[in-house]
Amino acid sequence: MKAAVVQFPGSNCDRDMAVALEASGADVQIVWHKDNGLPDGIDLVAIPGGFSFGDYLRCGAIAANSPVCRAIVDHAERGGYVLGVCNGFQVLTETGLLPGALLRNAGLKYICRTVGLKVETSASAYTEGYTAGSEIGVPIAHHDGNYFADDDVVTRLQGEDRVAFTYTDNPNGSRADIAGILSENRRVLGMMPHPERAFEESHGNTDGQRLFAGLMGQLASA
Amino acid sequence: MKARVHVMLKNGVLDPQGAAVKHALGALGFEGVEGVRQGKVIELDLADGATEAQVGEMCEKLLANTVIESYRIEML
Repeated sequence: MKAAVVQFPGSNCDRDMAVALEASGADVQIVWHKDNGLPDGIDLVAIPGGFSFGDYLRCGAIAANSPVCRAIVDHAERGGYVLGVCNGFQVLTETGLLPGALLRNAGLKYICRTVGLKVETSASAYTEGYTAGSEIGVPIAHHDGNYFADDDVVTRLQGEDRVAFTYTDNPNGSRADIAGILSENRRVLGMMPHPERAFEESHGNTDGQRLFAGLMGQLASA
Repeated sequence: MKARVHVMLKNGVLDPQGAAVKHALGALGFEGVEGVRQGKVIELDLADGATEAQVGEMCEKLLANTVIESYRIEML
């Protein structure tokens, strides 16, 4: 399984993401935002957390228009896997690969703590390692994680079983408690919580491991 | 020539920053502020001949996120 982790100026979870993917068995390459293409044979692109381009204009807006993002959109449109965590989720909504947008947290505060998540579906490579309906703990660390989409989009996401995770105690005002969503082909996942920060025993919580393990299992057998 | 682009959150999209400003104005004793919406203004210096349609395309592609924001263009 070959994975690329994208680095923008201001990314700060790129190394954590690469460590989690490598520990799960992936062959990981780091790609720079000015790269016009992805390395050959990439199965998964991971867009990490951070503050790409200083969150100027809107979170993820400048990154979404960088050369590497055009290659990521092509990769996704060819059926490739893309995981966007935190700022990566914001970038994915800005590219249009996922619907909706991430607004300022309703309480206006930056929130950094472990939150409860309900796994809404096990029908994706990312969530097949969990039991649908089960609760896990994963850290969040964001100022703009308040998921917004209009009623039609939220209803469609729910109806198509594309809500991957919801918050058990909504910390940021997200509509329908949404913490993570899948694309129509279920191969693009955007989520605000950081599974790569709930990965090793030393993190105090390994609930994120199964996300990477499920992905590896699915991609290794593909 | 210049263009000025006003970007605002759409009606119906919660604006927590506007709500905080409204609260702060109330705390300062300003009465009768019934609502505050916060947006941004972007000024563009443009080569002669630039059209409003071109600025509109800039808004659609980058300056505004039309999922959550509306924009208004002033050509100056």
